[in-house]
Amino acid sequence: MAERYYTETHEWVAVDDGAVATIGITDFAQAQLGDVVFLELPRVGKLLEAGDSFGVVESVKAASDLYSPVAGAVLEVNESLNSNPEQVNSDPYGTGWLIKVQLNGDVGQGLLDEGGYKAMTEGQSH
Amino acid sequence: MAGRRTPLHPQHLAAGARLVDFAGWEMPQQYTSVREEQEAVRGGAGIFDVSHMGRYEVRGGGAAEFLQGMVTNDLSRLGPNRAQYNLLCREDGGIVDDLVVYRTPDAWLVVVNAANRDKDMSWLRDHAPAAVEIVDRSEELSLVALQGPRAQEVLPAEDVEVDAIRYFGMVSGVVAGISALLSRTGYTGEDGFELFLPAADAGRVWDALVEAGALPCGLAARDVCRLEAGLRLYGSDMDDETNPYEAGLGWTVKLKKGPFIGREALQRAREAGPRRELVGLRSADRTIPRHGAAVGLGDRAIGSVTSGTYSFWLQCAIAMASVEAAAAPVGTRVDVETRSGEGVAEVVSMPFYRGSVRQAAPAQS
Repeated sequence: MAERYYTETHEWVAVDDGAVATIGITDFAQAQLGDVVFLELPRVGKLLEAGDSFGVVESVKAASDLYSPVAGAVLEVNESLNSNPEQVNSDPYGTGWLIKVQLNGDVGQGLLDEGGYKAMTEGQSH
Repeated sequence: MAGRRTPLHPQHLAAGARLVDFAGWEMPQQYTSVREEQEAVRGGAGIFDVSHMGRYEVRGGGAAEFLQGMVTNDLSRLGPNRAQYNLLCREDGGIVDDLVVYRTPDAWLVVVNAANRDKDMSWLRDHAPAAVEIVDRSEELSLVALQGPRAQEVLPAEDVEVDAIRYFGMVSGVVAGISALLSRTGYTGEDGFELFLPAADAGRVWDALVEAGALPCGLAARDVCRLEAGLRLYGSDMDDETNPYEAGLGWTVKLKKGPFIGREALQRAREAGPRRELVGLRSADRTIPRHGAAVGLGDRAIGSVTSGTYSFWLQCAIAMASVEAAAAPVGTRVDVETRSGEGVAEVVSMPFYRGSVRQAAPAQS
């Protein structure tokens, strides 16, 4: 899979050759949230700007907004999460992906690479 | 995080627990997942470190009379080697804390909520006569809860006829080679035991219980279990401003037992009838009604959620709510404010789930 980039709000994004961005939440985020119960995700076709809230992840512990790392149109939503939201916990970078977005332009500034994200979360564990 | 740690902290770290702050204590929220841990408690056996709770011994001449004058339930009905659910109330009837009073053959022990340790200690000491001493034994005695339908089978007890211990009964015995006090109590709705252990040996017993097949469970699973079992949580479902009738705990108030703090106010509250009541809510939505969420009926606000969670076990969202008395009988559909707008919930009777507890709690009045 393409290289992953990260937001300070704990989403990840990976862009393939066809400018399709797959978005999810990080392993750190799922661990902090605990068991995910429910996801509210956008409709296919919705236009997002980078930083827009595109949904809500609700866990036993808290409900949190999801923010898009990129600008574009929602191409696909992970429907399997309706019946198996725990995939976000068990496989956050794989079957627990949330949405795919057709990029509008480039991946924006301000995203963190693996090392940058790791450094940020190390100060936040627990 | 620089919270206080229990003697089982090394066990939590070794098991990879996610630690969170709870009332100033660094406690395991979960080890693996809430769902998995809860399944162990409902279907097998789970263990919880609850050493953050306060364990106070009430000693001295007149200890029994003193305690009887502090709590709402009737301790004169409590025989040796028995425990009783109780409340401490203020003069105005507001609940100071809920607690379990244990009567061993030679001592009175009370177990109080972690968040209320200091408050309760001050409350008891401020009211104690000179001959009565309140001794904090929390540091020397650890507390581990073993809960689940397989608890008895898993318990490595020696020299104890475990099956003979009744619900809310207790006995001294040897568990995994360590002298302990065992009580058939808990906070999950399942059969099980709470073990009072010498702090220095708590780790050894914990390891033996895990070895015997009990799964370490965190506070998140404990909260789901207690909510399903309809058990109240102090600070969420009741507080200083709530009287026992409003919390659905009128069954713990024995007005005829003689004088106790709050009796006159509670007598009046009982005669006047409660202004609000605690009801159970169940929702098909997966959005969780959280503490503080508004509860409405038609276009009228009737109260708010006190505790809520999603139950993987029951596969629905469940909650307790404090609402206007008689406004929402069982079967009523109410609106509940959620993160993503308004949800619909049905008022249901509690408990939401009846587990393997040996004997139902006293009928709630």
